[in-house]
Amino acid sequence: MKLGLAFLIAIHAAVFLAPWLSPYDYAEQHRDFPFAPPIRIHIFDAKGSAHRPFVYAVTEDAGSGMYREQPRVIYPVRVFAGGRLFGVDSPAALFLLGSDGFGRDVLSRLLYGARISLLTGLIAALLSAGVGLMLGTLAGYFRGWPDQVLMRGGELMMALPWLYLLLAVRALLPQHVSTLHTFILMIAIIGGIGWVRPARLIRAVVLSARESDFVLAARGFGASHWYLLRRHILPFTTGVVVTQATILIPQYILAEVSLSFLGLGVGEPVPSWGNMLSEGMQYHALVSHPWLLVPGFATVAVLLAYLKVADALADRTVTH
Amino acid sequence: MKYVGRRLLHSVLILVGVSLLSFLFADLAPGDFYSALRADPRMSPQAVEAMRQRAGANKSFPARYGEWAASSLHGDFGYSLAFNAPVGPLLWPRLGATLLLTSTATLLAWLVALPLGVWQASRRNRWSSRAVQLVLTFLLAIPDLLLALGALVLAVESGLFPLGGIVSRGFSEMSTAAQVRDVVRHMALPVSVLALGMLPVLARHVRVAMAEAMDAPFALSARANGIPPWRLLLRHVLPAAMHPLIALFGFSLGTLLSASLLVEVIMGWPGLGPLFLEAVTARDFGVVLAVVMLSTTLLVLGNLTADLLLYRTDPRIRAK
Repeated sequence: MKLGLAFLIAIHAAVFLAPWLSPYDYAEQHRDFPFAPPIRIHIFDAKGSAHRPFVYAVTEDAGSGMYREQPRVIYPVRVFAGGRLFGVDSPAALFLLGSDGFGRDVLSRLLYGARISLLTGLIAALLSAGVGLMLGTLAGYFRGWPDQVLMRGGELMMALPWLYLLLAVRALLPQHVSTLHTFILMIAIIGGIGWVRPARLIRAVVLSARESDFVLAARGFGASHWYLLRRHILPFTTGVVVTQATILIPQYILAEVSLSFLGLGVGEPVPSWGNMLSEGMQYHALVSHPWLLVPGFATVAVLLAYLKVADALADRTVTH
Repeated sequence: MKYVGRRLLHSVLILVGVSLLSFLFADLAPGDFYSALRADPRMSPQAVEAMRQRAGANKSFPARYGEWAASSLHGDFGYSLAFNAPVGPLLWPRLGATLLLTSTATLLAWLVALPLGVWQASRRNRWSSRAVQLVLTFLLAIPDLLLALGALVLAVESGLFPLGGIVSRGFSEMSTAAQVRDVVRHMALPVSVLALGMLPVLARHVRVAMAEAMDAPFALSARANGIPPWRLLLRHVLPAAMHPLIALFGFSLGTLLSASLLVEVIMGWPGLGPLFLEAVTARDFGVVLAVVMLSTTLLVLGNLTADLLLYRTDPRIRAK
């Protein structure tokens, strides 16, 4: 739990600082270095004497896709230069995780891409949990027809297969729009589809809370609906809301990655973990350029951390 | 019998609701198949209008829904504009391929998950069980997408498995035994990827359900009466843990059509997934609706099966 939480905080901080941490801009192309492998950082030069960390320039062997280091000139890694944490001077390139087919730095794209992927998960989960909280509370507290509508509507939504629904809704909406619009659309779709489960759980909690003695007592003293909800009922739901949100975030990150992977999410040149991975769909690319899979491993790490945190939270709510 | 009738009616109502809802949603969406045609300078607006007229796109909503519902009941599911054919015949061979893939994978995953979960529950807090748990948690965090990409790399590197498709060239000339072997070789990787994706979820549910039943007082008293551990586990605890597992099994049946979309797309399996994706990008709502309806039907059927099985096995439900 602690480890997972620390990792999540670190990665979100890294994403926030992406423009500073990444050695290049996400769209900056280095036409001379398509599919360059990760650059090695040296401390000892060819003669064996030690330096500050440096790299060699690499050149491609005419069209073969093989890269070779040129050990004549050393390019020291410059720290805090040009508004970035680190970088190297021009003929050399600092692709710590290699480069893609356009010679764009994978590490930089990974950091910028995380903005889309992680933020979509976070905001969409908040949206789902928020809508679920509102509708679930309404249905559970007021009963009657809102409750009926919610439960029946929820059953319809739960009957639909998730990924198909996601893609179908995406298909119905405009496809060639600006990055920002796609981003908002994606959040709205992913978050709008998933509110049913939290709403049902929250409804159950509210149902049991409104029957408790202290709520009856407060009502007897003439408390208004708004006061009852705010002071006595909503505090009961926080546990469920937080647990549900942590369960939803990794699912939604995965949903974003899948959508972009299939070409229905954020498009080039803006990176997302999904559309970065889709470059690896050509299997020959994967075998000869395995570093293109890095966004996939990043996804696994983030999902693992979220799962751990969600597990710990669920345990905690059960024991209390 | 009354229970069965009620569940059946409920399922049918849900299907009608979902079909109405998705039809309405497709209707309200901005843009359709013709928007791309209208943007095409080679098509005159009159020609597009004539096409719309012929396809009946200008009729009233109830009339179109009625026609679509009637044709769906005949298994045609309306007309695909992009493929210029009734949707049904496009769908059936794809449906078979998807079911072959997913039912094998589901069977395999259950066959591994059931003993694994029981074994884990029987040796809680031992290091061997913990180690397995660690592997399963890790597996849970790996998205299908990445597993499939990894399988592609494996296929290329080892050269043992064919890439993409369901049969090799010259399939019709092979002997029956060779045909079976060929299909199995094509299935091996997609099936393992899918089964690996399902396994952690299933094993987790089995483990939790078993652990809960083992903590029940009746299990303690049975143990105190000297019932040997394996008999206790299989004859006493497992039946008591059946309830959530049957519900899960129903869900498993229900996702047979929707679980494999990404794996099919990545690994080139000619199932519903690639067809659906093609229809989505062409905005061919006939196919999209049909696939959504089919997979929803299966999901509803899966839930119905679970309900009926529970009715058979759980006397508490019959008493209600």
